[in-house]
Amino acid sequence: MKRCPSVVDVARRRFLTGAGYATAGTLAAGLVSGTSNAAPAPARIEYPSRRLASVRDLKVNEALLVSYPDREAPGVLIKLGTPVAGGIGPESDIVGFSTLCPHQGVPLMYRAADHTLNCPGHYSRFDCDASGQQIWGHATQNLPQYALRIDEAGDIFAEGIDELLYGRLSNVL
Amino acid sequence: MVYKRQLDRLPIVPNDARQFNVTCHYCIVGCGYKAFTWPMNKQGGLAPGTNAFGADLSKQQDAQSAAWYSPSMYNIVRQDGRDVQLVIKPDTACVVNSGLGSVRGARMAELSYSPARNTQLQRLTSPMVWRYGQMQPTSWDDALDLVARVTAAVIDEQGDDGLFVSAFDHGGAGGGYENTWGTGKLYFGAMKVRNIRIHNRPAYNSEVHATRDMGVGELNNCYEDAELADTIVAVGTNALETQTNYFLNHWVPNLRGASLDKKKTEFGNKQAEPGRIIIVDPRRTVTINACEVEAGAARAMHLAINSGTDLALFNAWLTYIADMGWVDRSFISESTKNWDGALAANRTSLDEAAAITGLTPDQIRQSAEWIAEPKANGARRRTMFAYEKGLIWGNDNYRTNASLVNLALATGNIGRPGGGCVRMGGHQERYCRPSDAHVGRPAAYVDKLLMEGKGGVHHIWACDHYKTTLNALAFKKEYKKRTDIVKDAMSDVPYGDRPNMVAAIVGAIERGGLFSVDVDIVPTQIGQACHVWLPAATAGEMNLTSMNGERRMRLSERYMDPPGQAMPDCLIAARLANAMERVFREQGKPQQADRFRGFDWRSEEDAFMDGYHQHEKGGAFVTYERLRTMGTNGFQEPASAYVDGKLIGTKRLYADGKFSSSDGKATFMSAQWRGLQAAGKEDERRKWPYLINNGRTNQVWQNAYLDQDCEFVIDRWPYPFIELHPDDMAELKLGPGDLVEIFNDSGSTQAMAYPTPTARRKQAFMLFAEVPRDQERRRNCYRYGLSASQCRPRNPARHLAAPILGLSLFSIRLSSCWSKAVPTAMRTDRDRGNAPLQQRRRV
Repeated sequence: MKRCPSVVDVARRRFLTGAGYATAGTLAAGLVSGTSNAAPAPARIEYPSRRLASVRDLKVNEALLVSYPDREAPGVLIKLGTPVAGGIGPESDIVGFSTLCPHQGVPLMYRAADHTLNCPGHYSRFDCDASGQQIWGHATQNLPQYALRIDEAGDIFAEGIDELLYGRLSNVL
Repeated sequence: MVYKRQLDRLPIVPNDARQFNVTCHYCIVGCGYKAFTWPMNKQGGLAPGTNAFGADLSKQQDAQSAAWYSPSMYNIVRQDGRDVQLVIKPDTACVVNSGLGSVRGARMAELSYSPARNTQLQRLTSPMVWRYGQMQPTSWDDALDLVARVTAAVIDEQGDDGLFVSAFDHGGAGGGYENTWGTGKLYFGAMKVRNIRIHNRPAYNSEVHATRDMGVGELNNCYEDAELADTIVAVGTNALETQTNYFLNHWVPNLRGASLDKKKTEFGNKQAEPGRIIIVDPRRTVTINACEVEAGAARAMHLAINSGTDLALFNAWLTYIADMGWVDRSFISESTKNWDGALAANRTSLDEAAAITGLTPDQIRQSAEWIAEPKANGARRRTMFAYEKGLIWGNDNYRTNASLVNLALATGNIGRPGGGCVRMGGHQERYCRPSDAHVGRPAAYVDKLLMEGKGGVHHIWACDHYKTTLNALAFKKEYKKRTDIVKDAMSDVPYGDRPNMVAAIVGAIERGGLFSVDVDIVPTQIGQACHVWLPAATAGEMNLTSMNGERRMRLSERYMDPPGQAMPDCLIAARLANAMERVFREQGKPQQADRFRGFDWRSEEDAFMDGYHQHEKGGAFVTYERLRTMGTNGFQEPASAYVDGKLIGTKRLYADGKFSSSDGKATFMSAQWRGLQAAGKEDERRKWPYLINNGRTNQVWQNAYLDQDCEFVIDRWPYPFIELHPDDMAELKLGPGDLVEIFNDSGSTQAMAYPTPTARRKQAFMLFAEVPRDQERRRNCYRYGLSASQCRPRNPARHLAAPILGLSLFSIRLSSCWSKAVPTAMRTDRDRGNAPLQQRRRV
């Protein structure tokens, strides 16, 4: 059976200092795991659960300004009035999106007539009925959408995002 | 479910990452990017001193930040045999794009070959030959030996005319001066091949012969001229989608009035006002919407002419402007000839032009005023003319091109700030080859000759006739028949028996067969018929030099390894030449062998020094090292000097009033209207109810050769679409997303109906070279096991869309195979941005 040479080497050095083999073995194990004393970071970001609004705050086809996961990350909640894939609430029609254009970070504007978020900077368009798919534009990703939860009291919480937000290399700073 | 990457953070570029100059390898604009690479086990930090941007990344970055990159700008690639992390992001210091990234260029990293992240595994990695009834991997030596022996046998017997060649002549992805010189030296130097065509057309001809014949090179201004012009005239070009950052970074500032200071600096404080724009296009494009948003409807004019009637409009402009005395008399007399003759020949009244174009006489008069009426203080109006495929591939294109250049010359708008008469371009340029004079004019119609059984060997360099030739279905049928004769003959001989294999192939060629060799970066549709595939490197995997639409030349540096055994095209050409020389010498034909000397290049830099450096105007000043120093801004060709460590370029051509002709004068050309010029086209117009305009959408580059393997794009465009007016759809009983068959006497294809209220009745729009895709087959993209025909997309839409005329007439019916059964999330009920949106301007 092969042994890890470095473990053997540590044991030998401990032995030469006069410590017992058993102690050396314990120490060796400690050294191996010494690089991971801190708890390893999870592979994915831990998102805060943040209350954005109550269903009572929403009017059909009007964008309610919110922010998530923190105040520096603007977004909207929209009750579309028609059920959509990924929509929550009794009518499955409530959705939430980041409103920084993933092209260059210009704030998007909601156009109620066709349920789109539009960029006045370079004319990109995103489809709120279709999870923020870019209808046309310059961004190389579809619009980040919130994972939403609604509780019994009708409070709406955001608990995750499905694309990287513009202007940060980690969605949670 | 819409495609989402589900990626919520990215590795940070460390401050000691390696940096490379990158010019976007897609469209002609050639935006500047920087590539960063660093080892897998390193990463930058949030603190300003620990990342490559010197930014505090623990904070939200502002709009237009240089310290952010999207997931599509990140990948893991091989560099010197090791996996490294890669970020390619727009360069804020590049004057072309000033940090803007397009939906194409900003995906360069993601569209790189990455075994670690499963991107672009469709790339060819080994030479492949037809063996045991399928394509099999082999060595370079083996593949090149077979190609050389068969090619040598054919040219020995038939002369160089027995060799047919289809070769790209572009820059950007896979192109570059290195590679056009490589193929050019092989086919025009070592050989004198006449049966040769270019990547996107079936002959070896210019798309803009007329302007060149008049002495006016087609890329004669600089991008800054779009900021300085009083009026921009855009003909058959949809710049927001196809030259995105040229439009956003140079046209829009003028329309917004943001370039007024620049105008005042350049021209003094006289009459500076925001620019106007005239767009000639039968279709309302997203570009027109953007121009109206930025300039206001009072300064943006859309002339929705009848397709193919541009010539009548231009001649009417010329006539009216001349009659009003708004021409530049001194420029005409000093720098041009044949003014009086051309004016008399082309004379067209406003009423005549109105009847032909479908515009009103007032529209034509007002647009002529915008082009040439002197300003209130008597100053000359500066007008820039830009045109692209809508003109180049339109009706009677030679004359139409000439008539627009006539107008630019008459108004003194070439060689001067705020002027120019330029094609917008598709890919970047980089033509450097020995003389092609032996090809002659008119050049051989290569695809027609191939269909007629001519030629014995066909070498293909990054072309796909199956997608982009005229009447592709008929071409495909004949091509398959001929190449199958050779395949069957090859299957009858053990592969290891080289003499008998070559004899069998040559025998098959004598029976009407064709031996076909395909050099490309990915498997192609025409590759299904070929007997040898040779894997090429693309941009980023080799050093490449190209120039953009203002002749701006940069070195785009190698930052990663080519996949597998892939090589730069110039070195493939060199190794093929070496093999030809060896074969002829073996056969005791030293004279033939000697033709193939001079290909001892070991690197793409060797090819550059042999070609551009020695042969191009100003090339003697240009080396890789100097270009590296010039960064992403490079210089504008031609170089005129090297001073203080910098290459000195040429901002505008013809600034001295001397044109590209023996006497230095530009020539006005007679160009009378003669209706639909191509034979039979007028009959088609009467016979078929619908017309297709074809063009692009911005997410898709070219024929989607890389995008077909990019989920972000395929999720949006899983099928080709056809834009139709809603009333036409009602008449045809179609709903959004219905799959329709489009047919005429030349063939048929299919597409998803996309209702577009801004479309004109009976005028449809489809993407050029767009291919009906089959999701499931696409996912089975072969590596070695499957035969190509099992996994490549189906027939192209292109065979209907005749590029030489741009007018395709056809009929539509609901496809029998599907109806209202859209099997994907493709949205066909959303305005793409053609309609007026009332978008507010950014403050």
